[in-house]
Amino acid sequence: MTSLTLIEFLIQQAINAISIGSLYALMAIGLAMVYGILRLINFAHGDLIMVGSYATLFLTIAGVPFWIAAVGGIAASGLTGLIMERVAYRPIRGAQDVSMLLTSFAVTIFLENMGILLFNPTSRPFPAPDFLNSALNFGALRVNSVDIIAIVVAGILLVLLTFFITRTDAGTSMRAVSQDLLASRLMGININRVFVTAFGIGSLLAGVVGILWSARVGKIDPLMGFYPVLKAFVASVIGGLGSLPGAVLGGYILGILEILLQGILPSFLTPFRDAFVFGILIILLLFRPNGLLGSTEKEKF
Amino acid sequence: MLKLENIEVYYGHVHALKGVSLEVHEGELVSILGANGAGKTTTLMTISGIIRPRKGMVTYQNIDLTKLIPEGIVLHGIVQCPEGRRIFGSLNVMENLRMGAVRRKERDEVKNDLEWVFNLFPVLKTRIHQTGATLSGGEQQMLAIGRALMAKPRLLMLDEPSLGLAPLVVQEIFKVIQQLHQQGVTILLVEQNARQAMAIADRCYLLETGQVALSGTAAELKSNIALEQFYLGGMAK
Repeated sequence: MTSLTLIEFLIQQAINAISIGSLYALMAIGLAMVYGILRLINFAHGDLIMVGSYATLFLTIAGVPFWIAAVGGIAASGLTGLIMERVAYRPIRGAQDVSMLLTSFAVTIFLENMGILLFNPTSRPFPAPDFLNSALNFGALRVNSVDIIAIVVAGILLVLLTFFITRTDAGTSMRAVSQDLLASRLMGININRVFVTAFGIGSLLAGVVGILWSARVGKIDPLMGFYPVLKAFVASVIGGLGSLPGAVLGGYILGILEILLQGILPSFLTPFRDAFVFGILIILLLFRPNGLLGSTEKEKF
Repeated sequence: MLKLENIEVYYGHVHALKGVSLEVHEGELVSILGANGAGKTTTLMTISGIIRPRKGMVTYQNIDLTKLIPEGIVLHGIVQCPEGRRIFGSLNVMENLRMGAVRRKERDEVKNDLEWVFNLFPVLKTRIHQTGATLSGGEQQMLAIGRALMAKPRLLMLDEPSLGLAPLVVQEIFKVIQQLHQQGVTILLVEQNARQAMAIADRCYLLETGQVALSGTAAELKSNIALEQFYLGGMAK
């Protein structure tokens, strides 16, 4: 490989950072949407990635073309999210935060163990097609195609989502419910529909992330959702829990931070990269306890 | 039109409403008066279906409201403008008003009602792109009432619309309430500001520790000694 100029190196790293940041952002939106209206941190959100990836895998094994299998995988994530809402979260709506958090752990444990039981705990290669899995060369610059696709897909989805949230009645209802549930009910807003919409959108996004993530990593396993959901959680805390713009901002900041640390840390410290990331998070929270874009309102007791 | 019969509400062990009965007839402006903790807001929340009564009946044109969810009650035209305004602070004025009409399908009528609200509260029209949080207290109250009106109420319930507002603004709000009454909107008004509420109400109920202590026309209540005692017994305003 010819040696890179500094500019080329920076461009390559930037693409890498924005691509991983895009995936964090899409995941964090799902978490933030649900947190905004339910005050529930849905850790099972990560397992939707796993469900979508396995559904895609099995559909391709069954001979379905990857495009259609991917759509099927995204749909499987969406469906699982809706079932999750109906079966696990709707019955305990309005319960204490701790009960809801524990329920989300229970759903996580259930889904992961079901994955181990049904799919076998050993990892399998993800059947990403060539267009998702090839190196593009621009002069000396080498870029992975999945990174470009992730950036583009995230961009399109963010535009659509912004339109939905700010311009449609359903999106505005979602913001209203996240602000004041009681007032929303008194205005006749159908809150069940809002909850279903939030879970539906969040889960579909998780499905999309699942396919891009799996194509990036190359293999999938039943516990693969843990790492992305943890990162998405950190991203939404950076941005301000419950804030959608915050989740996106936090996602990109986290992606950039990770790649930056990877680049500037001396090699004996790179295994501890995440410790530095979390350290920066702690420092940020000391100065802005509600995150970058979180409300400065005090918690209601 | 609306009838509450022997409503009993408990918050845990606290007996909040002890057999409240009241009625609102079509076109009336009925006021519920009482001190803090008398059960005024609880009564409205029970009508709206947010709180379930342990005993008693809430009927609206022979529909049993205790069987409906809050969103369903709004669809029957019973709309509450809650205490403390509770507008959506991060939504702009237009979005707040749109949320009031979120369940309505007739676009032309919604458009007319929007004009109606802007006629009642011209200041809102100049603020349509401002977020609710940036409005003054009085404007927020106007927005809260306007938002409730966008739901096309047949019975409008107002919970303490004068709370925390400057005297001049209170006058303005009460003038609009009277105006709505004259336009034929049936109104159930909860107020601590008894003097002003009585001045515009057709009939009043005085709640005391979860019970109806007095009821009648404003004139009847004014001559009642018990109300005087109620005034002396802790009413600041």
